[in-house]
Amino acid sequence: MDYFLTEEQQAIQEIARQIAEEKVVPVREELDEKEQFPAEIMEICGQSDLFGLAIPEEYGGFGGGVLETSLAVEELSKACLGVSVSFAATGLGCYPILLFGSDEQKQKYLPVLASGEQLAAFGLTEADAGSDAGGIRTTATKDGDSYILNGTKQWITNGGEAGIYTIIAITDRRKGPRGASSFIVEKGTPGFSFGKKEKKMGIRASATRELVFEDCRIPAENRLGREGMGFMVAMRTLDISRPGIAAQGVGVAQGALDVAVNYARERKQFGQTIISFQAVQHMLADMAIKTEAARAVTYSVARYIDSGAKDFSKMSAISKVLGADVAMQVTTDAVQVLGGYGYMREYPVEKMMRDAKILQIYEGTNQIQRNVIGAGLIKEYAQKK
Amino acid sequence: MNIVVCIKQVPDTTKVKINPETNTLIREGVESIINPFDHYAIEEAVRLKEAHGGTVKVMTMGPPQAETALREAVSLGADEAYLVSDRAFAGSDTWSTAYTLAAAIRNLGDTDLILCGKQAIDGDTAQVGPSLADQLDIPFVAFVRKVRTITDTELVVERVFEEGYEVVQSPLPALITVVKEINEPRLPSLKGKMKAKKCEIVMVSRSELEVEDPYLGLDGSPTRVVKIFSPDLKRAGEKLEGEPQDIAEKLVRNLRDQKLI
Ligand SMILES: Cc1cc2nc3c(=O)[nH]c(=O)nc-3n(C[C@H](O)[C@H](O)[C@H](O)COP(=O)(O)OP(=O)(O)OC[C@H]3O[C@@H](n4cnc5c(N)ncnc54)[C@H](O)[C@@H]3O)c2cc1C
Repeated sequence: MDYFLTEEQQAIQEIARQIAEEKVVPVREELDEKEQFPAEIMEICGQSDLFGLAIPEEYGGFGGGVLETSLAVEELSKACLGVSVSFAATGLGCYPILLFGSDEQKQKYLPVLASGEQLAAFGLTEADAGSDAGGIRTTATKDGDSYILNGTKQWITNGGEAGIYTIIAITDRRKGPRGASSFIVEKGTPGFSFGKKEKKMGIRASATRELVFEDCRIPAENRLGREGMGFMVAMRTLDISRPGIAAQGVGVAQGALDVAVNYARERKQFGQTIISFQAVQHMLADMAIKTEAARAVTYSVARYIDSGAKDFSKMSAISKVLGADVAMQVTTDAVQVLGGYGYMREYPVEKMMRDAKILQIYEGTNQIQRNVIGAGLIKEYAQKK
Repeated sequence: MNIVVCIKQVPDTTKVKINPETNTLIREGVESIINPFDHYAIEEAVRLKEAHGGTVKVMTMGPPQAETALREAVSLGADEAYLVSDRAFAGSDTWSTAYTLAAAIRNLGDTDLILCGKQAIDGDTAQVGPSLADQLDIPFVAFVRKVRTITDTELVVERVFEEGYEVVQSPLPALITVVKEINEPRLPSLKGKMKAKKCEIVMVSRSELEVEDPYLGLDGSPTRVVKIFSPDLKRAGEKLEGEPQDIAEKLVRNLRDQKLI
């Protein structure tokens, strides 16, 4: 299938594919088993310029957008979602600066993120505020030229590994949804520490930790945008990064399909290869249909956002739901095609299935995405009549 | 520092099959790659440039398709690329290749250091590097596993051999061939890849070189390939196991039994 990618976009695919095949596949099982952060692979991604894909050239990046990022994420995800989320979470932490940062903030932070010298992370979720992000309790209190942060963020990808964090905190509780603001916090700031690393079902190479703020003083110039824009920053960031989750889904689904087809061509039962059974062929066909459909939607939505579209929440949510659901279905079916061997850790598909589950949960659960799509439909159809 | 890296495009022998009837390589459909050992030479050259400044010129002698190998080298950090290609060069053996490359390198002007991989995985001769140094009348160190120091006039390297390594000091200009222990080659970067797509490949043909026809190509090559064949498989042999003393006793007994000692 030809998606009419530019020379640059094809080069991005080639580079990410080479990293995936040569550097990720050989170690993914070990990273999963030892729950080990892929620091070396992140370094390679940096040397290969992948962290700068969506960052403008004037800040040391490549000047691409959501599609370029999605292509890289897809290739890495074919090999390992734990690695690809460690890569992609830097993009998530970067977007608030890209979208809302002042020129000084961009000058200071984007070049080190583009080079991969620093990783980033994005901290919104708290113990009692998941889908209901409005329930966050972390506060940022203005004190002269500073803000003082107090509170705990939970399950933050790249927590402890990243050098730069974009954090959403309450600046004025009375203002409700307009009472939050977003801030850049650097690792090493006094009063900023990390909780233990979470033990997870999948994406075990990625680091998920608590961010703990105890009277953490940061300069007021680290605020992104105006006071009160915190939730807007968060929603815009997530809207623009969700096709990246879709790309993770497409990648892991393709990875699982590749393993399943190759296995089915070799495995013999009843004197013939199992791919000669129509039941198996149909399963593989359905896997291919879903994967390709998810890919087409992901690329289209990414292109739509990159074209400068303003109103893309619904389409972004559609790509995320589809990519995540397809990933879960296809990886589950891949285990089925491999039978008992698929259930064993010797083969990569059980890991892919464990990994895929997260895609339906993070960056807004698929239920919440359906809410967004539903709300979008109500709005659109109300305007039509 | 002016560095030249000589590379070769080879068939990916991990994927090559041999035609059992003719005993020749089946090259059709086999991907061409940069000779794996040359990757270490490119990487070392780029590292030396990054540390000491200068330019890295990459050169290959081969058919026009070898351009892809040069572009890959540029994506990995080389600055300029030279493709020495002419019908007159076809069929060159190692001597004639070195002769032709030497003439092409002389045309580049001052060169401080030339790097080659220790050998090419298709012919496995390990001769072109040393032979090239000989043609240029400069010193060479083969099988280098580490460049310890380098100045404008001198380099100190570690040369490996079976039991260890030697520290060798050489004046510059010089040529070294490198082994894979020397570094871990990087993967291409996006900036490198885009540069590689656009970079000019300098074509070097017969007419630009100060060479003499009797030394070129197949006719100018002193080596004659008489026959290529797969050697018969040897019998498995016998493996003696146990404590060293027992093994030695068994070995001597066996050799005596066979009246070999
Ligand atoms: C591995 C991992 C990494 C993460 N990384 C980050 C990160 O880097 N940064 C960050 O800020 N957060 C991160 N998160 C948090 C993640 O975004 C939240 O887990 C997610 O938003 C869901 O919140 P919750 O887990 O509290 O579930 P809940 O909100 O408690 O939801 C529980 C269930 O109820 C459903 N539900 C809730 N509300 C509704 C509703 N209104 N309508 C219908 N169904 C509803 C949900 O769909 C879900 O099925 C991460 C989470 C994990 C597990």
